[in-house]
Amino acid sequence: MTTAPAARESAVGTARTRVEGRDKVTGAARYAAEIPFAGLAHGWLVLSTVARGRITSLETAGVLAMPGVLTVLHHGNAPRLNADYIGLLGVPPDPTCVVFQHDRVPFMGWPVALVVAETPEQAREAAEALVVRYEEEPHDTAFTRDRPDAYPVGGRMPAETRKGDMEAALAASAVVVDAEYTTPEEYHHPMEPHAATARWDGGRLDVVDSNQGATWIVGELANLFSLDPASVRVRSEHVGGGFGSKGIRAHQVAAVMAATHLRRPVRVVLTRRQMFPLAGHRSATIQRIRLGADTGGRLRALEHRSLSHTSTVHEFVEPSTGATRVMYDADAHHTANLVVRLDLPTPTWMRAPGEAPGSFALETALDELAEKCGIDPIELRVRNEPERGPVSGLPFSSRNLIACFQEGARRFGWADRDPRPGLRREGRWLLGTGTAAASFPVMALPSTAAVTAEADGTFTVRIAAADIGTGARTALTQVAADALEVAPDRVRMRIGDSDFGPAMIAGGSMGTRSWSWAITTAAGELRERLVPGAGIPPEGITVRSDTTEAVGALAQMERHSFGAQFAEVAVDVTTGEVRVRRMLGVFAAGRIINPLTARGQFTGGMIWGISMALHEEAVRDSVSGGHYGADLAGYHVATHADVPHVEAHWIDDPDPHDPVGIKGIGEIGIVGAAAAVANAVRHATGVRHRSLPIRPDRVILAGTAGAGADAGAGAGARAAGEAHA
Amino acid sequence: MAPPPSSAHDSSITLDVNGDKHTLTVDHRTTLLDALRERLDLTGTKKGCDQGQCGACTVLLDGRRTVACLQLAVAAEGRAVTTVEGLAEGGQLHPVQQAFLDLDGYQCGYCTPGQICSAVAVIEEHAAGWPSAVTDDVRPEAGPPPLTDDEIRERMSGNLCRCSAYVSIVQAVSRAAAAARAESAGTTAAGAGEAA
Repeated sequence: MTTAPAARESAVGTARTRVEGRDKVTGAARYAAEIPFAGLAHGWLVLSTVARGRITSLETAGVLAMPGVLTVLHHGNAPRLNADYIGLLGVPPDPTCVVFQHDRVPFMGWPVALVVAETPEQAREAAEALVVRYEEEPHDTAFTRDRPDAYPVGGRMPAETRKGDMEAALAASAVVVDAEYTTPEEYHHPMEPHAATARWDGGRLDVVDSNQGATWIVGELANLFSLDPASVRVRSEHVGGGFGSKGIRAHQVAAVMAATHLRRPVRVVLTRRQMFPLAGHRSATIQRIRLGADTGGRLRALEHRSLSHTSTVHEFVEPSTGATRVMYDADAHHTANLVVRLDLPTPTWMRAPGEAPGSFALETALDELAEKCGIDPIELRVRNEPERGPVSGLPFSSRNLIACFQEGARRFGWADRDPRPGLRREGRWLLGTGTAAASFPVMALPSTAAVTAEADGTFTVRIAAADIGTGARTALTQVAADALEVAPDRVRMRIGDSDFGPAMIAGGSMGTRSWSWAITTAAGELRERLVPGAGIPPEGITVRSDTTEAVGALAQMERHSFGAQFAEVAVDVTTGEVRVRRMLGVFAAGRIINPLTARGQFTGGMIWGISMALHEEAVRDSVSGGHYGADLAGYHVATHADVPHVEAHWIDDPDPHDPVGIKGIGEIGIVGAAAAVANAVRHATGVRHRSLPIRPDRVILAGTAGAGADAGAGAGARAAGEAHA
Repeated sequence: MAPPPSSAHDSSITLDVNGDKHTLTVDHRTTLLDALRERLDLTGTKKGCDQGQCGACTVLLDGRRTVACLQLAVAAEGRAVTTVEGLAEGGQLHPVQQAFLDLDGYQCGYCTPGQICSAVAVIEEHAAGWPSAVTDDVRPEAGPPPLTDDEIRERMSGNLCRCSAYVSIVQAVSRAAAAARAESAGTTAAGAGEAA
């Protein structure tokens, strides 16, 4: 279902292939490391090989004598940077990208030097030959549930929320679920490694980069190097995926430093292995949920506490309990996001930060409650639909969660489901189905756009948007066409250049919404300025917009997208293999601009959920403080053979307060997806898995319900009351 | 900037890429991938991991798919290299490219050239009767198995797509394979007709 077209044929809501599609399928689309420059030099980062300590020496003389080597930058010779500022996203810079300022090493893989040479081969060999000596100190990378040094951290939301008497409400509850859920370190791994080429061009710093927001990166570089932002230009025409990891990183800063030092263009590309410590990740989480309900499944108590880790140099919290403040209400309601500082790299936003691991815990716990109450999991959610924000008390702008469940149940064939676990067998496979809810906040941030009516009757839109694979370039073309009341082929969409003026990042599922708002505003004003029959001067007529005021005027409400996830799995308990057989998601996520690309956003997110449920886990060696197998052979992401039939649908749900009706669709697809898979594994085997990923060894060790146990970190201690135990 | 030639570390080679001959001096350590990207400005072939784990650099070497990051440039001399830039004929997209475009078999586009090169080879390998790990009957006389979605998924699994456009990639490969079969059948039928 899509929204009804307006009176004239609307471009919005119509499936369109990507504007840049031909360039992408022919290899013509150039990414950040692919723009040639005369005199280009190549930088290679050298990372620390200890997890904590101090650099005592860097033996650069021999390296500088190697063929082609131009310079070695390190803390002993690098220019001082300014790190005393708050960036576009409201946070100070992660010191990991404020490179080469001191001799301290706070984690394994900390950038300690940049070797620059004429060719990549020379730079790499010299970087590998550089001897760096350290005074090593004992490191602490132990992420455990009872860290006394854990502390609550806010950020874009309060660290803790609390109402009612939790212990009294639990004591008065007929049914209680009390369990611990864990998720591992997860890594974004966009297919295009982070890459930047920096050069000085006519007195301006010009950086060709792979990022999620040119405006963002300009602000960071201008601050770090104490430059006038107007003298910095960042371009990122094509971006090979981001998922939260493509912000300001060590490679851009190192490239700018080297280009300034050498007075020639310098390119720095992260290797896949370097992306582990330098490109951010999702912290592991240890979450505890306590639910208390009456026999009918109505919640009286809901407690969700989440612990994540950050580095010793920068505070970042994985806000796993955020969605719990929105999804379900209870008289006693308590949520808290805690952090412990360890000798580990700094985590960052990763697709649905907070919601992805949080929904695994919460939606698994709801499934446990449904089972204990003997109520269908969908009916349990119907009975716990809040009328207002459970914590905020604010009204919802729209909340179509139950409609998603109803539509999903119909399409998936949920009505025929026998809820009893461990009953369905097909050869060596045990079969099961599971469901879970999804939500993601609806946000917008100020952006500017320029729309030009050209003399030839076409229109050019300029906006510093980023298309990281979301289809933004195409969606914005459709939005602009409707706002200008012309066919999309008369609109030229130019993005990925900071010179187009400030704009929001591709993140938080708010890129397309924020940018569309600015484009719609400018286009509307332009149409008013165009006099029918009057000519357009050769330079065209341009109107600029700035949505700061309009976005700021949005009333406080609970604004969210919602969704329902369904999964069918087959589990071979002798090999431990879990195969997802089919997956279906139904979403209420605002007006859908381009059904063709939107479907890919939803299903891509759902596949991230499969990957999170079954595959993704970076394993850390406590002795070295680094990873085992820090590459794509050691860190498993879902590939073709892991992905079955995956379907995404949506229901009519235009945002009532957005000029185009957009809510944002980039992240909700992963939310609840891992829980749906885990709940299906429970249904198949009778075993509740509370630790991700559900690896073969975990499945084998857990066996089936008949053999007796739950799996998961807190299963034995905290869920001993399980009916099957 | 190219280093000065030196016999100990460099060699002059001629690469045959998309039917064009390129003579260049390469560092012996230069991979085929880096030679394409850094020396010949053929950046359609992507570097996703540089260690043979992601498939983004898949090219056809004498018609067989291979990852260009694990191939030294000096070892590719005398072999026909086909990259994504060499698939379209004139302005006409290869049917696999067209199917990826039409069915949105990508998102960010970075794995796409590798997926497309792999898909071109998958369709040919299948037509030639090569079995896969999910082929039920692998006896030569059984002939090519039906190119089901599961067969496509298995055969394409060397190509990671982190955007996870897998659903539409499989659709695109399936459509292109069906078109190739139809064309092949048409050619055979036309040939038979002429012979008669």
